[in-house]
Amino acid sequence: MTLATRNLKEVWRDPLSLGLTVGLPVVMLLVLQALKGVDEFFAPTSLTPGIALFGFVMLMFSAAMTLSKDRESALFSRLLTAPLRSNDFAAAYSLPYLLVAIVQAVVLYLIGGLFGLGIAGNWALVFLILFVMAILYVALGMIMGVLFSIKQIPFVYTAVLLLTIFGGAWMNLEAIGGAFLTFGNVFPFAHALDATRAVMIEGAGFSAITTDLNWIVGYTVVIAALAVYTFKRKMVE
Amino acid sequence: MNPAAGDPPAIETSSLTRRFGDFVAVDGIDLTVGRGELFSLLGPNGAGKTTTIKMLCCLLQPTGGTARIMGHDVVEDPLAVKKIIAISPQETAIAEHLNARENLLLMAGVHGIGKQEATERSEELLELMALGGRAKERVKKYSGGMMRRLSIAMALVSNPDVLFLDEPTIGLDPQSRRGMWDHIAGLKGKTTTVLTTHYLEEADALADRIAVVDEGKVIAEGTPNELKADIAGGQAMVVEATNVSPEAVEALRRMYPSVKEIDGGLEIEAEDVDVYELQDVLRPMGVAIQSTYKRQVTLDDVFLQLTGKQLRE
Repeated sequence: MTLATRNLKEVWRDPLSLGLTVGLPVVMLLVLQALKGVDEFFAPTSLTPGIALFGFVMLMFSAAMTLSKDRESALFSRLLTAPLRSNDFAAAYSLPYLLVAIVQAVVLYLIGGLFGLGIAGNWALVFLILFVMAILYVALGMIMGVLFSIKQIPFVYTAVLLLTIFGGAWMNLEAIGGAFLTFGNVFPFAHALDATRAVMIEGAGFSAITTDLNWIVGYTVVIAALAVYTFKRKMVE
Repeated sequence: MNPAAGDPPAIETSSLTRRFGDFVAVDGIDLTVGRGELFSLLGPNGAGKTTTIKMLCCLLQPTGGTARIMGHDVVEDPLAVKKIIAISPQETAIAEHLNARENLLLMAGVHGIGKQEATERSEELLELMALGGRAKERVKKYSGGMMRRLSIAMALVSNPDVLFLDEPTIGLDPQSRRGMWDHIAGLKGKTTTVLTTHYLEEADALADRIAVVDEGKVIAEGTPNELKADIAGGQAMVVEATNVSPEAVEALRRMYPSVKEIDGGLEIEAEDVDVYELQDVLRPMGVAIQSTYKRQVTLDDVFLQLTGKQLRE
């Protein structure tokens, strides 16, 4: 708990981290929703899920940087000599970011609401999908932080950001179709966006998005397990 | 710290080895460190000191041999080891967005120390390390010396039985280094401390016993005085002279086991050097002796004789 609190302070006390994780997604939403007159895709209801995932990518980056910095400053080595288990470490480095993810999503949806965002289906289902995706992105951040240096992380982050964007964060993947659609559907990001938009726009229920959920949960379980495993490996080299 | 009869030593290693591929970083080290002792691992960079410490702290798995801390095996029972040790790594290893007090409470918390005890201990250490006045300031604004003091305080906050200080004064100015020595010396008898350093004078001033490490092996072990006494009874004669020829050096080497050329003369490591005898040998060879004086052998001499190289090479 002490370590989790410290990690939360890392986000809260670092203006850049706070700006990237909470401020930037809000700015993106405000800027892009202004284009709704050009294309209905930029209306808050279809745009906000993509911006929410974009916010999670920023959170992933922040989590990865904190962990990588701790490794490079040897604070992580110092912490590893404390009587904690790998699960304790994984939880301490992920729970604070999940908390920020919840705040981030709520803030985004509230602001989206001011600009006409509507949820035709069950809002709890929307937040469930987003929460699972937040776990996925934070777990990715953990893996990046354990495996990569501060200099390498921006490159990996860019790859995940591009996959999220080409998963349909702010483009209509169905309309593009072809190889883009096939490629996008290999990753969980497109499925998360499809499912969220289906609930928000069409009012889809749980059974209608089961396939997408399977993709999302499957990826999340594997990536989260990998994150715990990389922590475990790092504890004793 | 008063060990009871039959208590295992604080640290005991047997043929402790760590390989990285073909490279042997630590090569079969046998060490025994008594409880409350301040023990120093002295050696050049890359000698295997930090690798040894990492294995003793359960951060690195040995590839051979065993290591026990207070009787607990570092591989078999790492959690028991981690409950009784703490490390101040070579890097400052502090959370820069926290203040000093928060850093101490963080380390107390991860060691499972209750809030009240953690707070009391943190306040004590802030005063002891002269950080109390700036305890609320984020530590990224601290000087190098303050960060080092905080780093050691973070290692002490869990009240460890065994403390590892890995190059605690690296990068400090001489004044801050001396101040740090006082703090480390204050641990003697209370906390078993393993100090790694490549500063000879640091090991000499602080350690109860020293293990000289080179290329992954312990090449000598003893108290600082024992190590120095092994060389010519701890004495050396400096001969300031001009026109020192290789023939003159060779002639002296036939009389004394260790003779070396230094700037402005010669140095002879021997307990009893007869100055008149020296003059009788050197004058006919054209060497003009200007003065002679005795000096104490240093750990630098010990290291040079043991390894054939200077520690700061």
